[in-house]
Amino acid sequence: MYNTEVRGPLVLGNKSLSQITADITSPLYTRPKFWWIVGLGISSLMMLLGFWSIYVTISQGIGTWGVNNTVGWGWAIINFVWWIGIGHAGTAFSIFLLILRQEWRSSINRAAEAMTVVAVGCAAIFPALHMGRIWDFFFIFPYPNTRGPLWVNYNSPLFWDFIAISAYLLISASFWFLGMIPDFATIRDNTTSKVKKAVYGFFALGWRGSVGEWKRYEGLSYILGGIAAVLVVSVHSIVSTDFAVSVEPGWHTTIFPPYFVVGAIFSGFAMVMTLMIILRKVYKLQDYVTDSHLDKVAKILIFVSLIMGTAYLTEIFLAWYSGNEYEIFTFFHNRITGEFTKQFWAMFICNAIIPQLMWFKKIRSNLTIVFIISILINVGMWFERFNIVVTSLSNNYLPSTWATYTPTFVEISMYLGTIGIFIFGVLLFMKYIPMIAISEVKAVNKYQLKKK
Amino acid sequence: MEKQWRSIEEFEQGITPEQENSSGKTSASRRDFLKLFGFSVASAAVVTSCEKPVQRAIPYLIKPEEIIPGKANYYASTFYDGTEYCSVVVKVRDGRPIKIEGNHQSPVSRGGTSARVQASVLNLYDDARYKEPVLSGNKISWDEVDSWITSRLMDGGNTVLLTPTIISPSTKEALRKFLQAHPNARWIQYDEVSASGIREAHMDLFGTSIIPGIHFDRADYILSFDADFLGTWIAPVEFARDYASTRELSTAHPHMSRHVQVESALSMTGSNADARIPVTPRESVLMLGAIYNKIAGATGHPAIFTPPSVISVDDLVADLLAHQGKSLVISGSNDPDIQKLVAGINLMLGNYASTLDLKQSIQLKQGDDREFEDFVSSLSQGEVDNLIMANVNPIYSLGGFEAMKKAGFTAYLGSALNETASACQLICPDHHYLESWGDAEPVLGSYSLQQPCIHPLFNSRAWQDSLIKWAGEDGSYEDLVKFWWENMIAPREAQGNKQWWVDTLQAGYFVSALEPIPASTSYTPPELKLDPPESDLSLVLYSPVGLNDGRHANNPWLHELPDPVTKVCWDNYLAISPADASAMGLEDEMVVTMDGIEVPVLIQPGQARGTISLALGYGRIKAGKVGDGIGVNAFTWVRNRKGYREYTRDHIKLELTGKTYPIARTQTHHTMEGRPIVRETTLKEYQSDPSAGNHFHLEAEAHSQTLYPEAKFDGYHWGMVVDQNKCTGCNNCVVSCIAENNIAVVGKEEVKNRRIMHWMRIDRYFSDQPENPRVFHQPVMCQHCDNAPCENVCPVSATMHSNEGLNQVAYVRCIGTKYCINNCPYRVRRFNWFKYMNNEKFDFNQNSDLSRLVLNPDVTVRERGVVEKCTLCVQRIQEKKLEAKLEGRPLREGEVQPACVQSCPSGALVFGNMNDPDSEVSKLKREERNYHLLEQLHTLPSIGYLTKVRNTEPVPGEVDSHDASSDHEQHG
Repeated sequence: MYNTEVRGPLVLGNKSLSQITADITSPLYTRPKFWWIVGLGISSLMMLLGFWSIYVTISQGIGTWGVNNTVGWGWAIINFVWWIGIGHAGTAFSIFLLILRQEWRSSINRAAEAMTVVAVGCAAIFPALHMGRIWDFFFIFPYPNTRGPLWVNYNSPLFWDFIAISAYLLISASFWFLGMIPDFATIRDNTTSKVKKAVYGFFALGWRGSVGEWKRYEGLSYILGGIAAVLVVSVHSIVSTDFAVSVEPGWHTTIFPPYFVVGAIFSGFAMVMTLMIILRKVYKLQDYVTDSHLDKVAKILIFVSLIMGTAYLTEIFLAWYSGNEYEIFTFFHNRITGEFTKQFWAMFICNAIIPQLMWFKKIRSNLTIVFIISILINVGMWFERFNIVVTSLSNNYLPSTWATYTPTFVEISMYLGTIGIFIFGVLLFMKYIPMIAISEVKAVNKYQLKKK
Repeated sequence: MEKQWRSIEEFEQGITPEQENSSGKTSASRRDFLKLFGFSVASAAVVTSCEKPVQRAIPYLIKPEEIIPGKANYYASTFYDGTEYCSVVVKVRDGRPIKIEGNHQSPVSRGGTSARVQASVLNLYDDARYKEPVLSGNKISWDEVDSWITSRLMDGGNTVLLTPTIISPSTKEALRKFLQAHPNARWIQYDEVSASGIREAHMDLFGTSIIPGIHFDRADYILSFDADFLGTWIAPVEFARDYASTRELSTAHPHMSRHVQVESALSMTGSNADARIPVTPRESVLMLGAIYNKIAGATGHPAIFTPPSVISVDDLVADLLAHQGKSLVISGSNDPDIQKLVAGINLMLGNYASTLDLKQSIQLKQGDDREFEDFVSSLSQGEVDNLIMANVNPIYSLGGFEAMKKAGFTAYLGSALNETASACQLICPDHHYLESWGDAEPVLGSYSLQQPCIHPLFNSRAWQDSLIKWAGEDGSYEDLVKFWWENMIAPREAQGNKQWWVDTLQAGYFVSALEPIPASTSYTPPELKLDPPESDLSLVLYSPVGLNDGRHANNPWLHELPDPVTKVCWDNYLAISPADASAMGLEDEMVVTMDGIEVPVLIQPGQARGTISLALGYGRIKAGKVGDGIGVNAFTWVRNRKGYREYTRDHIKLELTGKTYPIARTQTHHTMEGRPIVRETTLKEYQSDPSAGNHFHLEAEAHSQTLYPEAKFDGYHWGMVVDQNKCTGCNNCVVSCIAENNIAVVGKEEVKNRRIMHWMRIDRYFSDQPENPRVFHQPVMCQHCDNAPCENVCPVSATMHSNEGLNQVAYVRCIGTKYCINNCPYRVRRFNWFKYMNNEKFDFNQNSDLSRLVLNPDVTVRERGVVEKCTLCVQRIQEKKLEAKLEGRPLREGEVQPACVQSCPSGALVFGNMNDPDSEVSKLKREERNYHLLEQLHTLPSIGYLTKVRNTEPVPGEVDSHDASSDHEQHG
């Protein structure tokens, strides 16, 4: 089957199958640790702040934000793209690696997929709330109606966006859930608690682990994986068309779809790295999420960072090469220098330069540094979206309309709120769902045992 | 009752005791009954209380002949607020005046209006209006007022009646009656912003105290010293029309006037000049003296004494001498000596009888500063017993009026709250001009009528009615107007002819035949010794385009109107030149103290070094909820010098406070960054190449291609052309648009947040050196692109193209994604960030039941969360199309006019059907000067712009810089 000799063992510590189950499901049976409760408390407070900002936005209007008649989109759209980008990791991880039959993914994909679902959920909050009349949001559904019938505008990237994101959320959630069915069944069979038996039993959908079930399970995994693989590429390509289809300088460019997809994978992988480092530390899962796993993710990050750097330079080169004075202004006088120079260089250094430090084995194997880099990448990616959204809008064609943009407390609260939702979701995931796909890990573990 | 069995089994089992028990007996106890009863009553009460209040629409039992619900009536009338005159047509919908239009038949204002005139309709519905007569804080009836006043006046004390300039012949007659009945009464006219210097100069030189008729249309060369004649000086609407007619250019008529402006503050007029010379008030006087002496030398008149001018005037003199009889020199100064110089120069140049008209003189600004000064001193000596004031506000405009306390009795006749009125014992509410009869004679021999367009809203009475009553006469002011017109103004053959009155009332104006203008050539030079002010830091006070002299300070439309030059709303500020600012270490928004009063600073390119300027009209304390406490009262620095009110001060000391004060501007970037936005050329270049400065247009047209079939518009294809050579940036269109389209006022904070709702804005750009920039005004509204970027990005198709080329927004469909705002390269789309209607946070006109009466019922008031923008007044197009359809004919050229076009005083905006090759708009679009804004984006706008042409020498290597930079430009 798979030749894993080059990469070394995927699970360390020569575990037995029951040991694996016990290791991974232990948080389910132990009382939550102190840090978990504190984390849940803090994230709940952040969520509360977020809900307050949502209340203010809906009850008073988008005027409570800092956006204006020149810069129509601000933090909401930046955060939307940022979260969608983070949400890419799970799917990209599981699906690409599943299709490529990279077995080493198996200890990471569950957490990554969980992250995806929560992150896409966080992302979906923003485009909904930045609508002026959220109570009429259903206008965006293409459904037969009594208003003519009046259909949506199929030419609008926002409509594509809406379809792409809902499809993505649906497919990635299904894929995530599908992967958990055998594990839920394991918990159902092991637990002594009646409540747990009932709840996990319900979600296990009567899984018995028969050969026929496994066959269908595998088949469905590949089918969903196949669909999701397309979506991974399409969803962020389509998000990028929100910008690329417009006439704004700095937006109107054909590099956007690949550039956005790569950027999304970049931020997603960085977020996976961040989470996995925390996870293996607090739950002592070093045997499952091994150093070699993290090393592989780090190498991917180096590679993607190179693509990002290339994309940045390509954009800048093409702005100059086009000779279009508006493009030149946007890139050279509004990003590299000018009003938004700090944000530009924050993006460039965090995304294109700092990850290159991981070429050095020493740095790559120092998890503290890797952890910091993985966070810096997401900071950089946030600034990338800031650069795209705000700089192009604020100083565009007619200088008379130039305006700047400063976020208000409401917008910042909403962002903090989604981070709260994310942490809250991840904490619940850690406690109630096996963080690592037990059945998949057992599969790769079995292989190693046989070898010995 | 016997239980029925339902099956054999049941029968066989037998009926159980419980069933037996339950059957036949009702289990409802008294308690249950009460519960049920209580619940029913309570729910019935709840349900009925949820019923919506019944609104009854009561139909007319006998419908008034004129009123058709839903259809507007138009009445010709007259706007005159004590300083500015305009002949208007009032649009009345369902009994409410909702819009002021220009009266195109008027020979004086010729269809133009100003921002103040447009905004005046809102003053009718001002919450700060007095609603009934008040004596010392107690409401009284008009009969009590009359008996009270009559007894006061009969006491025989000295009475002074203080009014603004009265240009109404019938009011003068009412005044005459009053003065006749009360021999101890005096009548004094008082102008807040005075022009008595001109009158005094003409008194000295010609023996009549007049302001001559000023005809810019007859002038080829205009030299203006500090006169903002397009903005606020004397009769700006009339002047703008005349001025614009000399700026009209076409290939058939490639000639235009030359306008040189010498001034300290960069005024709107100065921003339109071909050449502008920034000077201090002292240098201005010296230049005028030097010009006078040189022209006197050239025409054989004696020179006067004047210190030498530092600035060379040789070019100006040469140009003036080259345009004898075709030139015009004017000065905004109120110094009679300076006005004598100006009149002398014009006389020596032979401009009287051509560009200046002694016969058809301007009747505005009749106030005599000396007379007023005498009155104030007699008042402060306690010589005035009864002081009656009508529509003047001396407490504000004198920066305090202590002498008023010396008057034994004070009465105020006026419409709305102000500082003076609230200090008076008796307040007699006057009608708003839209509620009352009246007339006006703005120019000698040109009359116009004012008629009420609505029944008085409050228990007010025309102040002329009061005068007639207090004179002890019978009859109303209405009768007097009618009598006066039918018997005194009507030509002899029409006297007593009722039809003449009806026809004239309908037209709104009448011009009486006057004798031909006598040419005055003889000139006796006055004895003059110029006494220019010191050249220390000088303060220049000016009337801003929005608030003028502050009499409409409770009008939120005017407060939110950006200044044409600085683009600041909601404040006045000290404008200072960039060089002086850096020398003094001042920056924008820093607060300085000037004579102990704190004022924020704004660095203004074009401000003369050594001068600072401050707008009048702000700093009202008692104006109403909108106008109170906005800015500082600049009238504080107006002083009386040698018998005239002087609007400049020298020896000004500024002290830094270390504080800052935020100023709201609608535009914060002031240059075009070398982009071909406003295209410019010089007259000479235009004459040799009509497309000079506009070569980029040819290039863009050459590159214009598309894969898609071009849109076809079968019937009408609406379009507009903006002649940037005629547009003066006066902002009339902006307020007109606000009034027509129910545009919300958002307040200073939101303007600062860049969320102003104006559908139409006037972009202003500077180029050249900051000491003396060239200024560009560019009206920008929705460009109604035939390939509109906003349309294809809306996810719900809320914005789409009509088959007449209009870009439309369906507000009910809009969900507010704001994508269209981002994708509009012109940024003309506006988002409703908040609910602006009925919201305490936006306590302006839309938060008052009274002020909301001004809303145009044809235009939806937009909900929070939707995007809005210019519609080219689609409601007007639809209305006229319907009319034409009923009459079975196509629309006529010029029949539909959007609000901005209708009342443009300079005729810079032309609207029409682009499918008709003979329409004015099509003709203009064929001009070589025509181009489209950002045409390289292939948005195919329906709005065209005509190149700005300046009558100036080409600056080598600079003028065609737009073309040069555009060589790099890529299409799309």
